Amino acid sequence: MVGEKVVDSITRWRVTMVVILLRVLALFATTAATVVMALNKEKHIFAVATIGNAPVKIEITAKFQHIPANVMFVIANGVATLHSLFMLSMLCFVRDKYDFKGLRFLTVAALDMVTIAVVSGAATAVAFMGEVARNGNSHARWNKVCDNFERYCDQGSGAMLASYIGIFFLMLVNMLNIFEHGRLINLSKNPLAA
Amino acid sequence: MNKTQWIPIVCLRVIAMVSTFVATLLMVTSHDSAKVLGMTFQAKYNNSSTLKYFVVVSIITTVYSLGALFVPPRKLGRHVLVLDMIIMSFLISSFSAAVGIGQLGKEGNSHAGWIPICGQVPKFCHHVTASLIAGFVAVIIYFLLVLYSLNNVLNLVAFKA
Repeated sequence: MVGEKVVDSITRWRVTMVVILLRVLALFATTAATVVMALNKEKHIFAVATIGNAPVKIEITAKFQHIPANVMFVIANGVATLHSLFMLSMLCFVRDKYDFKGLRFLTVAALDMVTIAVVSGAATAVAFMGEVARNGNSHARWNKVCDNFERYCDQGSGAMLASYIGIFFLMLVNMLNIFEHGRLINLSKNPLAA
Repeated sequence: MNKTQWIPIVCLRVIAMVSTFVATLLMVTSHDSAKVLGMTFQAKYNNSSTLKYFVVVSIITTVYSLGALFVPPRKLGRHVLVLDMIIMSFLISSFSAAVGIGQLGKEGNSHAGWIPICGQVPKFCHHVTASLIAGFVAVIIYFLLVLYSLNNVLNLVAFKA
């Protein structure tokens, strides 16, 4: 009985460490996505016409807030960052009260799923907006934008990639929580089946 | 899993299946053409990769919902839950992207020089809007389904031994 209790607590400690590591990775990924997209800005000078000998130049700035999908992306990843910070602080500092009991666990799992849903929606919206910006849409007569604003488009793609990595880690955390809860419930109902 | 836990799941799955089927149908039958300055301007869902993605994900969700109705809940409940979460993630992402492109078509983007197209092809826009409403219903239903399954499957795992 004592041996099984020791093995169980070692396994619980290992799983908690893995969950903390994955949450830290997700935190880094979503923070990177937020910051990289929020600092997305590029200027380009277009020569529009010629008056006499001098060309008329217009400077156009592409900011991230010009496309609504990017705004949603920044907000969603900001919320995911705050969510990861909050869960990490709960795991690290409130360890005694944070055990898998009923409603508390369900709240954590549900919040994780909501975060995954919102961030994946934002990342896919940015992906398809970027596809329209890169390739244009000849049927709707929408010109491509990325040939003049290369760095803007590349930075947006980088932010989107970071966000997808964050989603992946958050999904792993969610699965781990669910299966760990199942294992603990099994153990508590049937202490001999370690 | 006794009947009281199993009946709401079946109901939610049937509603989700019907709404994704309706969303697919409405999107696939949406087409309109307009004549602007002598040129014909045709709009179909094929022209946009986002709407194609939405149709594909809706079809996958319909087929999956139909298949998941016939799975024995006691044995494979956890696997169905994992697949449910993956499919929910796809559904939400496709809906969000389609709404983004729809907003672009309806209001355009003055910074990028993209003019709105809904003024020229209103029938197409209305069809796509209706399809997105059906998709939204499917998203809400699937989210509720996943939360409810999570609650039940945990009890399942508890009594497995």
